[in-house]
Amino acid sequence: MFKKVLIANRGEIAVRVLRACHEMGIAAVVVYSEVDRGALHVRKADEAYPIGPAAASESYLAIGKILDVAKRSGADAIHPGYGFLSENAKFAQACADAGVKFIGPTASAMDAMGSKTRARQAMERAGVPFVPGTSRGVESYREAEQVAAKVGYPVMLKAAAGGGGKGMRLVHSADQLKSSLEAARSEAERSFGDSEVYIEKAIVNPRHIEMQVLADEHGNTVYLGERECSLQRRHQKVLEEAPSPIVDVDMRRRMGEVAVRVAQSASYTNAGTVEFLVDEQKNFYFLEMNTRLQVEHPVTELITGLDLVHLQIRIAAGEKLPFKQDDVRIRGNAMECRIYAEDPDNNYFPSPGKITLLQEPSGPGIRLDGGMYEGWTVPIDYDPLLAKLIGYGTNREQAIARLARALDEYFVGGIKTNISLFRRILRDADFRAARLDTGFLDRMLKRNEANPDDSNATEVAAIAAGVFATLSSTASGAGNSAAVSGSTGSAEKAASNWKGASRTEALH
Amino acid sequence: MLYDVTIDGKHYRLDLNGAEGAWSCRLDGKDFDVDAILARPDVLSLRIGNQAYEVKSERVANDLYVWVGSRRFAVEVRDPRSLRGRSRAGDEHGPKKIVAPMPGKVVRLLAGEGDEVEAGAGVAVVEAMKMQNEIKSPKKGSIRKILVSEGAAVSAGDVLAIVE
Repeated sequence: MFKKVLIANRGEIAVRVLRACHEMGIAAVVVYSEVDRGALHVRKADEAYPIGPAAASESYLAIGKILDVAKRSGADAIHPGYGFLSENAKFAQACADAGVKFIGPTASAMDAMGSKTRARQAMERAGVPFVPGTSRGVESYREAEQVAAKVGYPVMLKAAAGGGGKGMRLVHSADQLKSSLEAARSEAERSFGDSEVYIEKAIVNPRHIEMQVLADEHGNTVYLGERECSLQRRHQKVLEEAPSPIVDVDMRRRMGEVAVRVAQSASYTNAGTVEFLVDEQKNFYFLEMNTRLQVEHPVTELITGLDLVHLQIRIAAGEKLPFKQDDVRIRGNAMECRIYAEDPDNNYFPSPGKITLLQEPSGPGIRLDGGMYEGWTVPIDYDPLLAKLIGYGTNREQAIARLARALDEYFVGGIKTNISLFRRILRDADFRAARLDTGFLDRMLKRNEANPDDSNATEVAAIAAGVFATLSSTASGAGNSAAVSGSTGSAEKAASNWKGASRTEALH
Repeated sequence: MLYDVTIDGKHYRLDLNGAEGAWSCRLDGKDFDVDAILARPDVLSLRIGNQAYEVKSERVANDLYVWVGSRRFAVEVRDPRSLRGRSRAGDEHGPKKIVAPMPGKVVRLLAGEGDEVEAGAGVAVVEAMKMQNEIKSPKKGSIRKILVSEGAAVSAGDVLAIVE
């Protein structure tokens, strides 16, 4: 087993991996940029190395600097987290060349999955179902016209090197095809330096469901069940759950077996995720493979009882998977809310700043993977994900109820967060009935929700505002403590009361 | 203590006196039985009659909010005897500050000094966390002053421009 692991990331995922290292008796080395000196992952690490300016290209994406820290610290392995260098084949190869184990797939497996058209060709050979269309870029407008006519409108144009919605165009009819193709090509060229565009039949109101796979370096590959990720905004996932409400045992087995074939076709190792689009008739189509640990991995952990980061580290260290496919059991329901620093009243724009007050939820069925603390200033330079709040229950209703309860306990002051968005989603009748697709959130946000007119709460706020004003005007001294003294009382008296209470309880 | 409290635009007259954990409270002529404990800075455990509430106070830039449960109220508390407090009350006329709602970098100015702008027109673009946010004019008028330049780093609450 590794003695020391370098975590090439920041934020909640760095803390998540760090925790796994400590649980396994492995020393955790972290890196940080200039604006992350005060970040939680630095506070919790065993060793921390500065790697330069705030701009990710000069710090968290700087392969040379990170490998240099691996060498100086004597780390045996590097965990890339998600984002940043996690799906960078050059980095995986550079780690191998430097004799440091990359905790993830090999560079060649990443390469095979990196280009969407190349992945599609490999999938065709492996007999994987995918959305009808071309598996290579279209050469000309004439070819595009023919393909679109064959698969039928509406069609989707997609950049081969793409991601995040860039170079993507939905085309409803033949007369829009020419201008859309030109626009998609030039956007692909600008965004990825590659104008290759392919055509797929557009699936209307699809669900986005993905399958977790895990493969060791001895030829064993298993699937760990699916995650429903249909709740998205601007192509970004917002809330994920496992299992999917529409996937039954038979469908799970069929999807899982396809996912395993996808992984094996690329000689894939370590943790990966195969994404599918699912249409209204529950046909599923291969979309792409993510060659890393996903943000939403905790929901799979809760329903399988497995720790994916522990397993990633064990696999990278050369161990065999400690269980077989038949041993995997799915139990209960789990749901994850991605808590972002963004302002729901201002079109969800990022809202960095200082966290003046933080009250975090806990209690039955609640897991919180966070990267923030009270007094920390959220930097303006990175992704606004602050934490993931995950609820678990014996069924979907209980998971929702626990999450809703936990959201009411959650308070982040000083910056804006999207906590209120999740309260709204969990209350929504369609969501509770699991009527989900990728257009759900946009439709929900278009409906104006009536603000509950509660004059009682307004009176409470008015009185509380006065109490705060009174306490702060007499604060910075006796007044403040006088107001609190009622609760603390005299220490001696309290101690004797506790003794009495413990005696009473001992009798039961 | 006598307070003028404004909550989401609605005015209240509050007479509140507290000492040694015992409070007397009169809100718009109605008496309330209040018991308050400051659990920690900015967090109040409040009882009104036997109803219990956890109330938080939050200050963002120059704005004060009070949270009752999951509901947020924008609050202004003034001492009615103070002239300074009174003069600050709502002025739709006269100059208005355009402030940065979040820390970030000014990437573009969309208006210059002397320009006429409509209410809701973009005045500056502030970038934070790779997202660009257009900062809009709160009223129709002319830009009297621009206080930042393109490329400048700003904090939440910094004045970007003044519209009159």
